[in-house]
Amino acid sequence: MTAVADLEQELLGSVRTVAREVAAGHADEVDRSGRFPVETIDALREQGALSAFVPVALGGGGVSFEVLARCCLELGRACGASAMVFAMHQIQVVTLVRHLQSGSWFEQYLRELVSEQRLIASVTSEVGTGGDMGRSIAAVTPADGQRLRFEKQAPTVSYGAYADDLLTTLRRSPEAEPGDQVAALTRRDQSELEQTGTWDVLGMRGTCSPGYIVRAEFAPAQVLSTPFARVASESMVPVSHVLWSHLWLGIAEDAFDRGRAFVRAAAKRAPGGASSAQLPSAQRLSRLSSELAMLRALVDSGLRQFLSCADGPERERLSTMGSILRFNNLKIAASEQAGEICKGALDVCGIMGFKNDSPFSVGRHLRDTLSAPLMIANERIHQTNASLLLIAKDV
Amino acid sequence: MNEKIRKAIEDHARLPVSVSTLADDDDLYQAGMTSHASVNVMLGLEDEFDIEFPDHMLKRSVFESVAAIQAAIGELQPDLVA
Repeated sequence: MTAVADLEQELLGSVRTVAREVAAGHADEVDRSGRFPVETIDALREQGALSAFVPVALGGGGVSFEVLARCCLELGRACGASAMVFAMHQIQVVTLVRHLQSGSWFEQYLRELVSEQRLIASVTSEVGTGGDMGRSIAAVTPADGQRLRFEKQAPTVSYGAYADDLLTTLRRSPEAEPGDQVAALTRRDQSELEQTGTWDVLGMRGTCSPGYIVRAEFAPAQVLSTPFARVASESMVPVSHVLWSHLWLGIAEDAFDRGRAFVRAAAKRAPGGASSAQLPSAQRLSRLSSELAMLRALVDSGLRQFLSCADGPERERLSTMGSILRFNNLKIAASEQAGEICKGALDVCGIMGFKNDSPFSVGRHLRDTLSAPLMIANERIHQTNASLLLIAKDV
Repeated sequence: MNEKIRKAIEDHARLPVSVSTLADDDDLYQAGMTSHASVNVMLGLEDEFDIEFPDHMLKRSVFESVAAIQAAIGELQPDLVA
């Protein structure tokens, strides 16, 4: 193995350890109290995991995107909310790194992200846009002395109160059309969050994502020079769908494992070992296993798809309608299939899976995966796909 | 060709301004064309010029201005450019 591969395995190993030894132990309590998984995120900070994808030249871990995806899966197996916070942060980091221009403000910012293990949240959704991330109402607005400012009403900001910095989509200027967007990175000491709602929800409770009015004042250099439409199609959207699908797979795998543990325990108790595979729960588990295999294949092919055109001249392909359709389909299919597997695990475990305090409980898994079809609503993605299917050729 | 392209934009892009106010190089998305409307522009162009845009051309940058569309169609139908 090369030195880089060694470092990657080391990072993956330490994230796996954090997942098993910290995140898993607090997952139920984080879920029950709807609180931020602070000890997991702190443990990830200690491992330098928040800057794992930042290039080595800027002090970061320089790990591959594949390893990052694997980390999301490992965390998903332990605590859905922790995995989602990690994934959302990494989506912003990967986006900044992929659109980094040498000598820009963002280089220095990424160095600070490494040394201080700063956590980035995104402010993409907006009240009044009907869930369309490709349109903004709030605009980059001139302020005193060459400064810029904005005020944006966000219906949800994941872990907003715990984020060090915010990546916010905005119209380029007060005169710009809704689709003419840029992204601005503002630091906590430049931003003000006025909470406008609550976060008492069915699942992913620990992400603590109420609504806010976000106000910030910042320097022009803090606006990404690449138009957001390109940032979205080349990075933010496919990266979100790949990383999210990995963490949903992680949740589904843990639900499946609980089902398997339940069947094994039942088989040990059943008289006559030979017939224990005939237990109805064992048969259900077998069917669930093939469902899980389908989800794994889907998630893996999405990752391969992204890797095949992630960098170099191939990167342009990410902006084609064929590519947008494929990643949209990954999101729709993985978000629905993960929930189906958790429901299947409940069928396997029966009442023992239904109980919140049993070792075979899958309630949290079910509720967490119920969020998957809603975050960037599948209904909205279907609307987009329906339109793209009219014109795309190779689908 | 330029006029036919402009007609397709006028008919399908649902811009807040008339396409006649835009220069060939002006960015149609900045002028207010949504992704959804751009699909209708593409369909309109395929119909008008009797062409099919291959997948590698079906991306934002190819349809971002009258000039870019003209270049793309020219690539597909070299005779039209003459």
